[in-house]
Amino acid sequence: MSAATLRQRENRAGLALISPTLLVVLAVVVLPVVWTLILAFQRIRLINIRDTGLFERYTLSNFVIVFDSPGFWSSLGTTLAYAIGGTVLSIIIGLVAALALRKPFRGRGFLRGAMLLPYVAPVVAVAFVWEVMLSPQYGVLNEWGVRLLGWDRPVAFLTQREATLSILGLEISVPVALLTVIVFEGWRYFPFAFLFILARLQAIPGDLEEAARVDGATPTQRFRHIVLPQLASVIALLAMLRFVMNFNKFDDVFLLTGGGAGTDVASVRVYNFLTARFDVGAASAQALVLAAVLIVFLVGYLRFFAPKPAEQT
Amino acid sequence: MNRDAFETRLFAVLRWVVIVVLALVTLFPFYYMVLLSVRPVENLLADPGRLWVGLSEWTGRTYQEVLGSPEAGGQGMLDLLTNSALVSLGTVVLTLLISIPGAYAVSRLRFAGRTQIHFLFLAVYMFPAIVLAVPLFVLFTKLGLRDSLPGLMIVYIAQTLPVSIYMLRTYLSSVPVSIEEAALIDGCSRWQVMWRVTMPLAVPAIMANALYVFMVAWNEFLFALLFLAEDRSNWTVSLGLAQLAGGIEVPKTVLMAGSVVLTVPIVILFYAAERMLTEGLTSGADKG
Repeated sequence: MSAATLRQRENRAGLALISPTLLVVLAVVVLPVVWTLILAFQRIRLINIRDTGLFERYTLSNFVIVFDSPGFWSSLGTTLAYAIGGTVLSIIIGLVAALALRKPFRGRGFLRGAMLLPYVAPVVAVAFVWEVMLSPQYGVLNEWGVRLLGWDRPVAFLTQREATLSILGLEISVPVALLTVIVFEGWRYFPFAFLFILARLQAIPGDLEEAARVDGATPTQRFRHIVLPQLASVIALLAMLRFVMNFNKFDDVFLLTGGGAGTDVASVRVYNFLTARFDVGAASAQALVLAAVLIVFLVGYLRFFAPKPAEQT
Repeated sequence: MNRDAFETRLFAVLRWVVIVVLALVTLFPFYYMVLLSVRPVENLLADPGRLWVGLSEWTGRTYQEVLGSPEAGGQGMLDLLTNSALVSLGTVVLTLLISIPGAYAVSRLRFAGRTQIHFLFLAVYMFPAIVLAVPLFVLFTKLGLRDSLPGLMIVYIAQTLPVSIYMLRTYLSSVPVSIEEAALIDGCSRWQVMWRVTMPLAVPAIMANALYVFMVAWNEFLFALLFLAEDRSNWTVSLGLAQLAGGIEVPKTVLMAGSVVLTVPIVILFYAAERMLTEGLTSGADKG
């Protein structure tokens, strides 16, 4: 046996054990990403992909197609509104839920489990239930809205682009379908925020709050000055994670509205370029634009809200 | 009444309001799903607002239609269930085979690049699936893997690996190293130590992990849609249900029966393992 030290052997064993993981990540994530960069600059369509290679002519025309396609800019706005709206809503509901379930009560364990259902249930199933519930013809929500809340007529939550609400004489235009998918997003992902916030809440030592209570701090003051600062880092992390996930979300919007009625988010556009127009190049270019916008926002976010670097092991 | 007493009383009431509203909002859609799946569609159209189903109208025909084979006039969801189960179980086994050694290496061994590897995992975890979808679609078409379940499994493995390794690593770092050192001194090899000593101790974490991977694979929709849409015999339940909804006129009650069939396995697994899962996923969160 050669003079390999224990340290060298450990290094070799470590690399050997991690290599299958690296291989999969390299093959299924890293290389495809690099390839997207190439595809985005080549005119490749689905029909001729079998005989095109890396050395196809490079061109910018995919980006021209993407930027010139109708509704490109409004779709970016929609994607942002959807991502931010869904993130904020899910975190607020998650926070309220975590605060309500903080102290033990009968049935808390059951409710805690039940509240995770929207998050763990298959997206296809929950999207269809929502679709049926919100239907203007046989949906339970419209039925009860008309019967009990005195709505003039059923609301087409998922197919109506805009509606005018008159509140106190003001006519306000509301993007109905977009708001509906944002609410769906809040409903589906609040359990994620709830779990993380609850875990953090339960790790806050009780004596801090107790001391503040003795000093005469009211519940809102204790929340504002003691609990909330403790939650800031986990909320910042959640905001970032959820924003990234929502920004690229495809399934939810695709299943609920198919991207119609003003819910034309960028990921659905990528899908449409690929499957409706068979345009691989334009789909890659649109995906790259999506990723670029995301990166710009992430960098901005990290510059302003960067949580203090918490080094782990 | 001073402000403190007022607030205390206000929040005591609000807390229960919130609890009741949350319970309703989260559970109602699932109740409604089950309710519609056993109601005849004529009754739904006649009285959409009803929130219970009388024993006399109760029907199982919706389930017959959704599960039955196409020859018998059904939607053939039973075959799709098999596909989903195969893909999910295959993904679980393969992911664990890759992630267990990986997690062991990351938590126990000092190797070149160990500290940087977390960034790679975070990047993979956060990386938009939709950006990967296009090149993988092209690549798998070229390789002839696209219309196949193994092709789908490869994608799922890559998507679940980072979280899987993260969860296992967190657990492993709570298992004392001294036992392993003792085994090493007694002459076990690294490989033996890992499989004979460490892994038996990590069984709870591995189970939780298996469930997490299973759920991701079972629920996944985008890649199933992109890869398998052309060949009906390969469809997963999620995809089959989506195609069912988009295709010819199918009663919504049948669609709800299909949704119940799709959801029930996940709910059962989730309750069987809820505690393990939630602790595994959030155990890093309380470090601030």
